[in-house]
Amino acid sequence: VTDFTLPDIDYAAIAPLLILFGVACLGVLVEAFVPQRLRHPVQLWLAMLGILAALVAVVARAGAADVTTAGGSVTVDGPALFMQGALLSFGLVSMLLIGDRRVGGGAFVSQAAITVGSRADLRQAGAPGATEVFPLSMFSLGGMALFIAASDLLVMFIALEVLSLPLYLMCALARRQRLISQEAAVKYFLLGAYASGFFLFGVVLAYGYAGSVDFATIHSAVDQSEMSPALLYVGLALIVMGLLFKAAAAPFHVWTPDVYQGSPTPITAFMAACTKVAAFGALLRVTYVAFEQLADEWLPVLGVIAVLTMLLGAVMAVTQTDIKRLLAYSWIANAGYVLVGVLAVGREGASTTMFYLVAYGFAVLAAFAVISLVRDRDGEATHLSRWAGLGRSSPVAAGVFTLVMLALAGIPLTGGFTAKFAVFSAALDAGEAWLVIAGVISSVIIAFPYLRVVVMMWLSEPTDSTARMVNPGVFTGSALGIGAVATVALGVVPGPMLQLAHDAALFIP
Amino acid sequence: VVQLNDFPYLSVLTAAPLVGAVVVALLPRRSPELAKRVALGWSLGVLVLLGVAWAAFEAGGERLQLRESYEWIPRWGINFTFATDGIALVMLGLIALVVPVVILASWHDAERPGVRRSVPAFFALILALEATMLGVFAAADVFLFYVFFEVMLVPMYFLIGSYGGARRQYAAVKFFLYALVGGLFMLAAVVGLWVAGGHTLDWQALTQVDLSTGTERWLFLGFFLAFAIKAPFFPFHTWLPDAGGAAPAGVAALLVGLLDKVATFGILRYSLPLFPDAARWFAPAALTLAVIGIIYAALLAVGQNDLKRLVAYTSIAHFGFIGVGIFAFTTQAGTGAVLYMVNHGLATGMLFLVVGMLVARRGSALISDFGGAGKLVPVLAGVLLFAGLASLSLPGLAPFVSEFLVLAGTFTENRPVAVIATVGIILAAAYVLWMIQRTTHGPLNPALSSVEPMRRDLNLRERVVVAPLIVLIVLFGFYPKPLTDVINPAVEATLADLDVAPAEADMEAQP
Repeated sequence: VTDFTLPDIDYAAIAPLLILFGVACLGVLVEAFVPQRLRHPVQLWLAMLGILAALVAVVARAGAADVTTAGGSVTVDGPALFMQGALLSFGLVSMLLIGDRRVGGGAFVSQAAITVGSRADLRQAGAPGATEVFPLSMFSLGGMALFIAASDLLVMFIALEVLSLPLYLMCALARRQRLISQEAAVKYFLLGAYASGFFLFGVVLAYGYAGSVDFATIHSAVDQSEMSPALLYVGLALIVMGLLFKAAAAPFHVWTPDVYQGSPTPITAFMAACTKVAAFGALLRVTYVAFEQLADEWLPVLGVIAVLTMLLGAVMAVTQTDIKRLLAYSWIANAGYVLVGVLAVGREGASTTMFYLVAYGFAVLAAFAVISLVRDRDGEATHLSRWAGLGRSSPVAAGVFTLVMLALAGIPLTGGFTAKFAVFSAALDAGEAWLVIAGVISSVIIAFPYLRVVVMMWLSEPTDSTARMVNPGVFTGSALGIGAVATVALGVVPGPMLQLAHDAALFIP
Repeated sequence: VVQLNDFPYLSVLTAAPLVGAVVVALLPRRSPELAKRVALGWSLGVLVLLGVAWAAFEAGGERLQLRESYEWIPRWGINFTFATDGIALVMLGLIALVVPVVILASWHDAERPGVRRSVPAFFALILALEATMLGVFAAADVFLFYVFFEVMLVPMYFLIGSYGGARRQYAAVKFFLYALVGGLFMLAAVVGLWVAGGHTLDWQALTQVDLSTGTERWLFLGFFLAFAIKAPFFPFHTWLPDAGGAAPAGVAALLVGLLDKVATFGILRYSLPLFPDAARWFAPAALTLAVIGIIYAALLAVGQNDLKRLVAYTSIAHFGFIGVGIFAFTTQAGTGAVLYMVNHGLATGMLFLVVGMLVARRGSALISDFGGAGKLVPVLAGVLLFAGLASLSLPGLAPFVSEFLVLAGTFTENRPVAVIATVGIILAAAYVLWMIQRTTHGPLNPALSSVEPMRRDLNLRERVVVAPLIVLIVLFGFYPKPLTDVINPAVEATLADLDVAPAEADMEAQP
């Protein structure tokens, strides 16, 4: 009988995780015990303060020694801290969008499970939205923070589930267009469940090969194990597949446009900014730490996936007429660009990938803040034709959206350009010229849809069907402002953030 | 004691119009006159500042002068470096000079019937464009150059798209997409240069780097594609007639007269010195494209019935001449090419402005809508004739000097090219004179006299607009020395980078 010893836990190192999960649990209690009319403000401030506290804990940790704790299952190193910091910053901005009830009574319905179109459903049209969304998003955020720091395949799988399950639920919570919201949730759940299954099967095979789920052990087992290497390769492939599903890389991207379009816009923003960081954080750790020695095997495969993702996202974006679907395909194309950074390998690969995620996150948060404001009687007006001449009536919000479009198109003096330069230069430095060429071609193609939106807003005359831009309240207004200022700052003075990303970009085994 | 040379001329020069743009944009929409006056005053202030910078530049001194450098992105070894050689200096001068002229010429362009856009925004965009144009010529770091090269598109895009005539949306999008495609190829080349050059993009440092032949050719191609689209050279030219035809006359003058010169300047400053071997290897191809451009665009110009599109096509032909001058690799032709850039900015800028005055009066840009206009507006017709003659390089006017230098410098090295290019001169006479004949000469088109504005000749504002251009075109026609003095050393230095022996010896051998 082996003795069971409790693993040492470095509570200071995992303080951000504890805060996030603690606040999430507290949120569940608030749902149960606080009277309904107080719930929204209490939940909102609880969530915001919780994220802020976790962020402070992450920042306070900066510069401390890297540790692997909790029995080797959680690693708190530079990349983990950097990406947790990014994640929590995005989480905070998303929370501003999620909590805003000024715009159309909030984005969320009060009871998502009621049959769409039934009498009960019509009755709840004016009811205040569900406040469960706050603990759900806190759990999801906690899962993402753990996902990035997990250094053990099983913990990573648990984190994957913790971050995914609340997302599936939140997708279904849209106040308007209930049907496509529910459709989005079902699609995301079914495909996500498949992806989780793949991931778990990969974990099993990797365990079969290495005899452990620990990254360090897997790393040293490669070439040492007496098991068939087929286990290792297939295991790696399945694990990466699960991660690429979350990252929306082709050919695992098909769920993205529907989920993007159907989800409540604040949740789409949350997914766009935060899930991307989490997915690529985990992908970096799996490829750079656990399977580092197999780089020769996964590099070409991921390279093909990156090229496919960039081109497919760009080409499909050209044909879109719905702004949320357009951003979904843009998200896919951008997943390709981030993959280019990942494939640069080494410290530069990690640092440019992380920089890209930061620059992209802020830009896309500002974009969705604007989208949540363009409305008519039936909620958000996301069809492109409804945006005609918006620049005339609301120059500031349209200006911010134009800035985001220019950033995504890679026009200099925006974060988007610096990020593209970063990943392309790192990839070229690593000798991956073909990825850079594919990236440039993809950027050329995808510039067109971005430009079309700008044309719509500024050069087209407003028509009768042009939607109205709602005046942003403090919350959505600040989200918009933070996104825009960060996008410009990362373009004009990218030095400090690049340095920070570089300093943080060392994984510990 | 602060020395004259220590003053950060170039960054102040670049920042000044940008500040002006912000100031003008913040002016109330309801007082358009105020916005116009502030914009004009501001651009004149920039002109004065440029005059001081020009005085601080020492002709025949160091190649890059007025250098200033600030750390920008230390992780990538990228600095915020400004410096100018003679070629950039004359272009900076041209920009500072033409922008106030264009502002004055565009006085009513933003408030035409049918244009319901903000007047202050129009002039703010022009000043913002001036800032980016000054920046792109003053940059001495490839990264900084690229930044300005791309950002320049944004104000121009809105100027065409928001204030242009019919088909302005189509033209603006086409302009932006063409330029962006070129820009992204250049981005790939810039990234490649950064990697191959050992993680620096400082121009001076890069001239010392030896690249392998393959790398050099690919990088040259990336830059050249961007420049060929921007200039534009045949066969990447189709966006220019659309943009030039749809843009308001003043904006078209800025686009063709100034902004597109970035391309030919870029070839001289970046493509040749940084990739000398590749430049020599590609030269025959580039010359071929340039010569085809001269003939092809001239033929298309002859067949045009739209005044603004016609001027746009003449420009493509002129860019062919500049291309020939650059890739002939002789001091004479190179100096001619740079001089051509200046003179073309003056002459074609003027032609666009004068044509704009005609079009604004008639309400149509179609040549067939005119006929005998000289009887109604004799002064305007005279000015149009002058601009046309300058554009076809009449001896005694500035463009003649540059065209002669280009052809003479090319003839010594590459006779067939020079001979074919000369055909372009004949075609130029054809399209300019035929256009003038059909618009201002001949019997008076009866429909014309019923258009009330057609009976108003040049007013004081319009006379002030054309006067400085006429003076300079005549002055540089007889006395180009102030320009050649600063251009010549820079061209010689560029050719030295190419390891091409300066062709002085050959020149003297000619009778």
